[in-house]
Amino acid sequence: MKLPPLIGRSLQRGLSPLRGDRASNLVPRARITGPVPWVLGVMVALTVLAAAGGFALGNLTDMARSQLSGGATVQIVEADREMLAAKTMQAADILRDDPAVQSLRIVPQEELSALLEPWLGAASDGSSDLASTAVPMPALIDVQLREAADAAEIERIETALAASISGVRVDAQSDWLKPVYSALTALQILALILIGLLAMTSAAAVWLAARSTFTAHRDTMEIVHHLGGTDDQIARIFQNSVAFDAILGGLIGLVAGLAAIAIIGSRFAGLDSGMVQGGGLGALDWIAIAAIPFVAVAIAMLTARLTVMSALRRML
Amino acid sequence: MSNGPGDIISFDNVGLRYGTEPEILRDLSFTLHPGSFYFLTGASGAGKTSLLKLLYLAQRPSRGAIRMFGKDVITLPRTQLPQVRRRLGVVFQDFRLVDHLSAFDNVALPLRIAGVREDALQKPVADMLEWVGLAHRIDAIPATMSGGEQQRVAIARAVIGRPDMLVADEPTGNVDPEMALKLLRLFEALNRLGTTVVVATHDVHLLKKVPDSLIMRLDKGRLSDPTGALRYPPRPSGGRSAGVAP
Repeated sequence: MKLPPLIGRSLQRGLSPLRGDRASNLVPRARITGPVPWVLGVMVALTVLAAAGGFALGNLTDMARSQLSGGATVQIVEADREMLAAKTMQAADILRDDPAVQSLRIVPQEELSALLEPWLGAASDGSSDLASTAVPMPALIDVQLREAADAAEIERIETALAASISGVRVDAQSDWLKPVYSALTALQILALILIGLLAMTSAAAVWLAARSTFTAHRDTMEIVHHLGGTDDQIARIFQNSVAFDAILGGLIGLVAGLAAIAIIGSRFAGLDSGMVQGGGLGALDWIAIAAIPFVAVAIAMLTARLTVMSALRRML
Repeated sequence: MSNGPGDIISFDNVGLRYGTEPEILRDLSFTLHPGSFYFLTGASGAGKTSLLKLLYLAQRPSRGAIRMFGKDVITLPRTQLPQVRRRLGVVFQDFRLVDHLSAFDNVALPLRIAGVREDALQKPVADMLEWVGLAHRIDAIPATMSGGEQQRVAIARAVIGRPDMLVADEPTGNVDPEMALKLLRLFEALNRLGTTVVVATHDVHLLKKVPDSLIMRLDKGRLSDPTGALRYPPRPSGGRSAGVAP
């Protein structure tokens, strides 16, 4: 019997990782016929939507806050219309002299009447000027402060006005929107929780898929193990297999999510509301949304690795 | 306990039990020397496969100590076991080929695991398949091969890494006598290159076919030593004993 062909000893003892096609061939891949790309696709699409919603709400809140942060409303109540006009002019003069005030605008009576018309109806003579009727209307001065209209500043201005004028009340405009801010913040937290749950669900789906694939190919992995394959080499085979599926799923999910954002965005844009238009997405938001599939791939690879490593540790 | 200078494997008072069952291997103390050819015999259920599992590190013993290539494999960290396994070649009773890989890829697997470059493994793998008489079946997958062909692919895979020790579990159990003899000649040829060979078989006719082979006989989990193969404690100088097959 002739001797077996010799292979150089130097070829034998490397510990370089089993990589590329030669490694991936050990675990035949289902590709798009398998569940992982589709499950991850749905998860990524939902995460993209939740993230876009969260960012839009955040932007909306920030814009409203910045616009209203220095705003205050001075209200003067006086039944006599001539006295009311005099008090309004006096209050405006005091405010103009206040260094904290950047600008002010006396709200015209017609504008006030128009605001109240939905509740009180038109004036008896058919005009929208309720002030000309017997309904007593307060005067309003819209004030923009140089700094934020915090409680101390509002109190200081009110005290300064009240020293000369009776029936004056000053409110920070942002106070009116506090319940709205609170609701928007709750929605943002909800979006964050949703993203966290989706990430966990994605990891669980990958965990199940990796376990199922490992079980299906357990014999092959045992052979690799007996031939001197390291845990890292075996885990890498599954990790790379899952990575390919996750990239596929991530792309599917990103495209689906962006399409949904475009459709929803066009519907909201049609509302033509100033507040809604403040909820657009900025460049950083789009970068963060584009990063979601990469994060999904990283989570999937990590989950697959931990799953397989845990199964391998039960072998000698 | 330490390996003697010429020892590949040392077992010291090794026992093995599965769960709470009685021990299926008991009080095994022996050494295997480099370049020797051992037959492991015994009736079915005597513990041959269990002993082989200990030899190719698929199982830890319940008690005792095992040293392989100078390392205590009982206390060796898991991360270092692959390096020991790469010095072993194993021919499984059921071949354990990867079903969806060709003969070439099955034989190339140990080299790929060891990090051999693709261009460096093409020729050795082709040569090895030629050595086992399967040059014409290089692209065949196991399902299309006969039992003898699959067995030869399994042997080629076990041998391609030029192991220090080859362990074969009933390698002739699924082939006809003519093929069995051919396979045995493959093991002998490898043994002539210095590889220690351990072949588990219950075929007593096979034992006579290899001159200078040594016999390890298992009986109800205990080893007997009809050819003086299992000298223990190890001799300081190592070397092989001149056993004669019965």
